[in-house]
Amino acid sequence: MGAGFMAILRRDLLLACRNRGEIANPVIFFFIVVTLIPLGLTPEAGRLAEIAPGILWVMALLASLLSVEGLFLSDFRDGTLEQLVISPQPLYLMVLAKVLAHWLISGLPLTLLAPVLGMMLSLPAAGYVPLVLSLLMGTAVLSLVGAIGAALTVALRKGGLLLSLIVMPLYMPVLIFGASAVQRAVDGFSVQGPLAVMGALLALALLMSPFATAGALRVSMHG
Amino acid sequence: MDAIAFERDDSALFSGVSASLEAGSILQIEGPNGAGKTTLLRIIASILTPTAGTLYWRGEDVRHHRQRYLHDMLFLGHLPGLKQSLSPLENLQWWRRVHPDDSPHTNAEVLDRVGLCGYEDVPCYTLSAGQQRRAALARLLVTEAPLWVLDEPFTAIDKQGVAELESLLTQHAARGGITVLSTHQDIGIADIARLSLADSGRRA
Repeated sequence: MGAGFMAILRRDLLLACRNRGEIANPVIFFFIVVTLIPLGLTPEAGRLAEIAPGILWVMALLASLLSVEGLFLSDFRDGTLEQLVISPQPLYLMVLAKVLAHWLISGLPLTLLAPVLGMMLSLPAAGYVPLVLSLLMGTAVLSLVGAIGAALTVALRKGGLLLSLIVMPLYMPVLIFGASAVQRAVDGFSVQGPLAVMGALLALALLMSPFATAGALRVSMHG
Repeated sequence: MDAIAFERDDSALFSGVSASLEAGSILQIEGPNGAGKTTLLRIIASILTPTAGTLYWRGEDVRHHRQRYLHDMLFLGHLPGLKQSLSPLENLQWWRRVHPDDSPHTNAEVLDRVGLCGYEDVPCYTLSAGQQRRAALARLLVTEAPLWVLDEPFTAIDKQGVAELESLLTQHAARGGITVLSTHQDIGIADIARLSLADSGRRA
């Protein structure tokens, strides 16, 4: 059962090591955009601190969206995706392995980078732990949900725009609860509520998304 | 051992195509470009679902026994299904985990046999088209699937490679395996069934 999962996880991480440039893309995007905010808006610490939670979350979301498009694209183009679809191993687990690999090379680095960028935006001290916790769960949800969109649009010539349109509405709750967790912490309120909702979203996505993605991949292979 | 019949009406590419294959037979699908050879092979590989018609394996509808069918079937498509930045060895490793087998051959032995000795550890993008095809065909040496579905397996490989592949197909047939393949070349195997898509398309 787990053989397919481990094989795909290992393979995708190995591929990520070989193509480091592509992997660094979302992280560099996140870094550059957040660095530009103080230059473009104001270097004043007080005003930056006000917008920091929202900015960090929006940029992390866009960085994640940027990277999710390629999730199945190269597999589709070189014919390895059809080998996965007709494998006797469960497609559900192989999809889960691909999403996990994607999160390890995009969501996790984004989460680890976020506190550094928070410092640049003079995020108040109370916001760091909720920022990391919400991003840790939130980027995983983004990867899982993005995988459904990526699977649906993989066979299309120009699927990028469509992918954004499909996935954006589903990203909204993650953004709202993620940013509000950080904002509430900064304002001195309890963050348990938004973090609990985020955990629930993650549990739901973890359960449903691989099924939906596997189904979408089968549909896409028909094109 | 099995009986296969398919129909497909999608923009009338072809329809009313039927064939039944005994253990140990080889079926060559013929037809001009665009006749639907690849489509038919992808239907047999259960990647596409036919608009009409049913695929049977060991007398049972494949849709109801998909898991077992996938276990018994190996498909090599137009695209070699290799990760370009991985080496042939790494490609064979992940593929064998995703399509498990009990073959005693190690990956290195198999790559040696398909003539990729010395190329095991170089990325696939540095290999020629023929070498990449050989890296993909290495899967035939480790698989225990009785049904092989091969789309243009002779593309890009040299004369010696063609001869080796032909002997591999004959051995597979001698073991009771079934091969369905498409190719424009004349195959040097005497006992081979042929299915022409151009005819069947017009018949409908």
